Amino acid sequence: MNNHLSSENQKEMNNHPSSENQKERDYNQSSASTGIENNLDIESYQEMFRRVKKQGEGAFIPFIVAGDPDFETSLEIVRKFTENGADALEIGFAFSDPVADGPTVQEADTRALKTGMTTKSGFEFIKKIREFTSIPIGILVYYNLIYKMGIDEFYKNAAESGVNGILSADLPPEEAEPAVASARKYQIDQIFMVAQTTSNERLQVINKLCSGFLYVVAVMGVTGARSKLKQSTVKLVERVNGHSDLPIAVGFGISKPEHVKEVVDAGSDGAIVASALLNIISDNLQDKELMLARIAEFSKELKNATKRR
Amino acid sequence: MIKVIKMISKGKFGKYGGIFVPELLIPALEELEIAFLKYKDDDKFNEELDYYLKEFAGRPTSLYLARNLSNKLGCKIYLKREDMLHTGAHKINNTLGQGLLAKYMGKKRLIAETGAGQHGIATAVVGALLEIPTEVYMGSEDVERQKLNVFRMELSDAHVLPVYTGSCTLKDAINQAFRDWISNLDTTHYLIGSTMGPHPYPTMVKHFQSIIGRETKEQIMEKEDELPDTIIACVGGGSNSIGIFSGFIDNKEVDLIGVEGGGEGLDSGKTGATLSIGTQGVLHGSFSYVLQDYDGQISEAHSVSAGLDYPGVGPEHSYLKDTERAKYVAINNQEALRGFKLLSQYEGIIPALESAHAIAYAEKYAQINENKGKTIVVNLSGRGDKDMFLAAQKMGLKL
Repeated sequence: MNNHLSSENQKEMNNHPSSENQKERDYNQSSASTGIENNLDIESYQEMFRRVKKQGEGAFIPFIVAGDPDFETSLEIVRKFTENGADALEIGFAFSDPVADGPTVQEADTRALKTGMTTKSGFEFIKKIREFTSIPIGILVYYNLIYKMGIDEFYKNAAESGVNGILSADLPPEEAEPAVASARKYQIDQIFMVAQTTSNERLQVINKLCSGFLYVVAVMGVTGARSKLKQSTVKLVERVNGHSDLPIAVGFGISKPEHVKEVVDAGSDGAIVASALLNIISDNLQDKELMLARIAEFSKELKNATKRR
Repeated sequence: MIKVIKMISKGKFGKYGGIFVPELLIPALEELEIAFLKYKDDDKFNEELDYYLKEFAGRPTSLYLARNLSNKLGCKIYLKREDMLHTGAHKINNTLGQGLLAKYMGKKRLIAETGAGQHGIATAVVGALLEIPTEVYMGSEDVERQKLNVFRMELSDAHVLPVYTGSCTLKDAINQAFRDWISNLDTTHYLIGSTMGPHPYPTMVKHFQSIIGRETKEQIMEKEDELPDTIIACVGGGSNSIGIFSGFIDNKEVDLIGVEGGGEGLDSGKTGATLSIGTQGVLHGSFSYVLQDYDGQISEAHSVSAGLDYPGVGPEHSYLKDTERAKYVAINNQEALRGFKLLSQYEGIIPALESAHAIAYAEKYAQINENKGKTIVVNLSGRGDKDMFLAAQKMGLKL
């Protein structure tokens, strides 16, 4: 089955020889102009989690959709993240049909797509980020975008843009063999989600397949800001830690400094904040300065909450 | 192969199908597969389902020789009268099956998606029948266009939830239904209306729709003492077509033809003909043909018939296409309206606009010389009552 998939890919790629060459040229150009590998050492997830742990903290990992609300502003927002305590970044690639996401992320996807974001410009976005930060960058992407570009091609692009990890929201381990093979080939961490519904047995298998960190889904539901963190989230963190040797980061519904503190105190190595930050974007579309100031301020608060007393 | 799940199968048809879903859903799919495999061969379950299919839905449906149309076209044309079923289309075969399964599984709530409202209605009435509270997601644009069907669903005590995200149509209603299901796994069964979605849905929906093929086969043998030359059925997600095809897939001498909604034409950018012009990709949990752009963003589908207005297609159809066991063609909006009028005028049977695509293609097919005299079964998947206003408008009339 998996062989079929990759050979199909091959076929599709061969159908567009000119665009392939185009991509090749772009790599060469960009790696020459940004000099990623020479000037900036990319921190690995392992190194990052070790660093924050040493400082007695958890990792603060903010999320943004590449190109939301537009390419330049999006980049400025990421800069605010990095200036205000982000330990790693989660960058979403916008998709037309994001089934694992709530309305906040979907609206961000829609805004980004409306400005003409493509998979290619998503990688351009990462390259721009790499000009000013070395912290780990993970991308969140629905599988169809990976498949359509060609699995190998997608991972190759990711590696050359300076991506550390890839998480595909609709790619469970059962379907992930071709992706995992490409991830290993290009030394990208393939990150998987585990949830309340994931059995211990399954958790152990996912743990073996996953590298970088395990993404723990805090809620029984989709992404989106929530007012309260459930007790079950704390239990899940403990359970995952008991069955995995990887660092873990909790996401989905982590919307306040208190939530960050709670999951870090429960033993999570990091907290991923998405919708609460995206809400700042959507609430301040008319006033970019205010948007950036609020992002900066909120990032600082979230980072502070990761510090264990 | 990475073996993690307890499921006995990933539900692949060749390379198509699969379980491309968020981690949270995996145990729900496992639970559903287990229940489906258990009850599909359970005597009590089947007895109850047969009872409802017969007494509530009106099965068996007849295989009707359309004499006038046959004379006009120079072929022997039979119509499988799924249009005669309760709620007006084949959808009820599946909603009764899955509704009953949900009841046996102890689920307290049904959710469904609907485009024009046909599957929503078929789910709503089953919810009423089996006393399971039902909520139906429907794109806000469709809610506006199909007020009558919204009213019908609500009369049967279902709650219609308009979806305002994305393109505000069927695909967005499906997204929203998945999100609801992810959030309410314990209580809720997501009653998918076509042979799409992650495993076990394509296999399960086919199972519940395969009664169309089984009946057709018995009936044609009784009437003709031989198999038909050709089966023609319309394909949106592909449930009525897979239902009738399933009876004949192993009879290689029977030609199977699926008719997609061509919309304003295959080159117009406004089409629902996924198998005709789509490319391979992952949408709504399975790997299949998809209407998408260069990057893999899903396109909006277009067809005069809401039931064929979907940018994906059931994975088994993709497999049947690639293996050339079935052939897929497209009929555009105008041709479909011609089919709509043709059957109404010649036979006094007003087809659903979906089924009118199959009729229109049957006419085209019969006009090819080598097809003269063939015995053709057209699956008349639904009746046209729901399409009166739209059809009148397209004919330049105001009701």
